[in-house]
Amino acid sequence: MNSPVITVTQLNSYLKSIIEGDENLRNIYVCGEVSNFTNHYRTGHFYMVLKDAESSIKAVMFRSNAQRLRFMPENGMMIIARGRISIFERDGQYQLYIDDMQPYGAGALSVAYEQLKNRLASEGLFDEKLKKAIPVCPSRVGVITSPTGAAIHDILNVLGRRFPLAEVIFCPVEVQGVNAAQQIVEAIERFNAGRYADVLIVGRGGGSIEDLWTFNEERVARAVFSSDIPIISAVGHETDFTICDFVADLRAPTPSAAAELAVPNRVVLMEHINQLKNSLINILNLEIEKKRTVIKSLTGSKFFSSPIYYIDVKRQTVDSLVEKMSVYMKREVNEKQSILSLLCGKLHALSPLKVLARGYSLTLKNNSALCSIKEVEIGDEVDVMLSDGLLNCSILSKAE
Amino acid sequence: MIYLKKQTFEQSAARLEEIVKKLEMGNIPIDESLKLFEEGTKLAEFCNSCLDNAQQKIIELTELEAEDANAEQ
Repeated sequence: MNSPVITVTQLNSYLKSIIEGDENLRNIYVCGEVSNFTNHYRTGHFYMVLKDAESSIKAVMFRSNAQRLRFMPENGMMIIARGRISIFERDGQYQLYIDDMQPYGAGALSVAYEQLKNRLASEGLFDEKLKKAIPVCPSRVGVITSPTGAAIHDILNVLGRRFPLAEVIFCPVEVQGVNAAQQIVEAIERFNAGRYADVLIVGRGGGSIEDLWTFNEERVARAVFSSDIPIISAVGHETDFTICDFVADLRAPTPSAAAELAVPNRVVLMEHINQLKNSLINILNLEIEKKRTVIKSLTGSKFFSSPIYYIDVKRQTVDSLVEKMSVYMKREVNEKQSILSLLCGKLHALSPLKVLARGYSLTLKNNSALCSIKEVEIGDEVDVMLSDGLLNCSILSKAE
Repeated sequence: MIYLKKQTFEQSAARLEEIVKKLEMGNIPIDESLKLFEEGTKLAEFCNSCLDNAQQKIIELTELEAEDANAEQ
């Protein structure tokens, strides 16, 4: 055996031709778990490793295929990949080149639905606090739906029956197929650009999950979220929940129900108006009756019937005051008198004349009382006061 | 009654509600009450005639956009 020497490149190229020449490896379906998943930020290619309990294989999905996927592969996700095996010659690495993949178990659409729902929820697009109030009495109702389906007829019927006052501004769009999402997004933007409606109904009649898919697309959801005009979503039947329903300010189970939620009922409104009218009449009658009672109570008072009565009342007051005054005066005089006699009694008790009555006497010289014999000379004249009169005496002698 | 024609149903209904609330609160001079009452009954009449006579009007969005475009020129 005399084998020729070949280069690495030649070897890899040879192996590649063998693998690629194998029919069995050209269009294969491989089931495995995604790991080491990378969404290359620049190229948009997906790189991953598919593995099962015992084994693993490198895999790549180029951007042209990757961007057609409706869901985003995640580590740990079981998938079925369709593709071919080939060799990356630079590294001598054989790998699975994926053309398409499906989540294993759940369908791709339902995985995509869950993924988008979770992502938008975490961004706050379903937040109840951000939902706009639906106007009670809109002048213009905007309708974005197919011109051919049953939905538009149902909506127009209900709007016309309940509240024909509201103008219907209709924007026909495709509601399924490749153009649908773009048309719906544009319609929402056009309504907002000129504020052509007070409330929008966006929706369509029932269909399969594929038919309703437009209403699960991210850009439709974002357009609904960005709308300044409140949006009522009405997609399919009562059991269908689309992403659009979660983002909308109000979800209606069907297009007819959306129309009912968009406008008030004319009959109820008329009842309300008549109630208001009746309360107007009642309130005014009550008011007039109240005022009448006030006037009546005023004119019926004693003041109006006999004004003299009031003068009499005042006169009585004056009389009673005069009487009170004289009583107080008398009492005052009596009090003063008794105080005076009390004082006189006390004064009397203290009088020196009382002492004289008991036999004592007072000697005065020039009308001032003498307290010592030194104040007089022999021969001086003094007065001696007794209880009943004065004695004029001469000093004959002094003795100590 | 003529000035009411220019108003929309929504404005009239809102004004009617307002008048009834005002009157319910009381403390309004009687001549003003009478004026409000007169206005209120006219509004009620207007609202009812709106609801009685309304015909559904359907306009395509493109018509409104064309109107706006013309108005701008």
